[in-house]
Amino acid sequence: MSQNPSSSTIDRQGFVKIVMTFLGTIMGAVIGLPFINYFISPSLKGEANEDWIALGALENYPIGEPTLFNFTKTKVNGWEKTSHSYGVFVLREAGGKVTAYSNVCTHLSCRVNWQEEHKQYHCPCHDAAFDIHGNVLSGPPPRPLDEYQTKIEEGNLYIHLLEG
Amino acid sequence: MENVFDWFNERLGLTEIYETVLDRKVPKVNWWFTLGSASLFLAIMQGVTGIMLSVYYVPSPDHAYDSVNYIMTGVQFGWLVRGIHHWGASLLVVAVFIHMLRVFFYGAYKYPREFTWVTGSILLVLTLGMGFTGYLLPWNQRSFWATMVGTEIVGTAPGVGGFIMRILRGGTDLSAVTLARFFSMHIWILPAVAMLVVGTHLYMVIRLGISHIPQEDE
Repeated sequence: MSQNPSSSTIDRQGFVKIVMTFLGTIMGAVIGLPFINYFISPSLKGEANEDWIALGALENYPIGEPTLFNFTKTKVNGWEKTSHSYGVFVLREAGGKVTAYSNVCTHLSCRVNWQEEHKQYHCPCHDAAFDIHGNVLSGPPPRPLDEYQTKIEEGNLYIHLLEG
Repeated sequence: MENVFDWFNERLGLTEIYETVLDRKVPKVNWWFTLGSASLFLAIMQGVTGIMLSVYYVPSPDHAYDSVNYIMTGVQFGWLVRGIHHWGASLLVVAVFIHMLRVFFYGAYKYPREFTWVTGSILLVLTLGMGFTGYLLPWNQRSFWATMVGTEIVGTAPGVGGFIMRILRGGTDLSAVTLARFFSMHIWILPAVAMLVVGTHLYMVIRLGISHIPQEDE
């Protein structure tokens, strides 16, 4: 304690303080970081809300007639699993063009049916009608049927499923 | 820095608190006298890790097992947090018990420390209660049947046994109600009471000081 304050040497107490602070910081970090990780780890998982869904060989879909393909997708959040079922109308046209429409009505999310005799999609809930390309013909829907992005790889059809 | 400390110190009396709580005069003692501090440290660890577990744990029969499983496999360092809580619980019971034996064999429970001993006894029961209620929470086969047996034993007490068993279980069966009330006991009721009693216990240790090791001529 009687040390000259202008001296550049450090005394024993000062040395111990510095070493303790240094070691304490390291130990605190080693103990603390796992605990911070514990809190934030579920948030670190990237966006899993998009996926390419395989709808099988393209030849399975007849040309000119929308064909329904149903699938379910399971999502896992923590320990909770939720399954969603999806319906997709695949329309293969003569020119080789392929489009995929969601069968969910844009009005109140009822499932629409394809009526071959009228050449239109019909929603049973409020009598809405869409044409073969999903455009609204009559009824309350505010916009055409939703369309999925498609791709064809080695003769198989895929659609791009986005959730959110 | 020093000025900031002085400003607070003048108003809060930090130096006085430090001197009273940590700079106490103690007789020459041995390592057995560290068990009280060890128990306190473990209890605080249980509190910290327990709070952390509550981030993911859900006390419902539908989710309890899966959420614990998720802590163990899905959350980073979840195994560590639960591991500390799991082993810390056993260690706390051991520490509290040996602490009690030390006080008993050194005769440290005598005048004027009888009430410290009484609060310590309450803390022992509370610790065991925390262990018992916590054991059910993972909701696996072992915890379910252990609680079945434990509450069944309570039920064998003459006269009031069945009544107490139904209070513990929240009905005649071990059910979702049991899980919910064990959870509540484990994280709210028992810790709240324990904190009060630990506070009293420590106050008395600080107020009365600790006893010395008995000498041959005593």
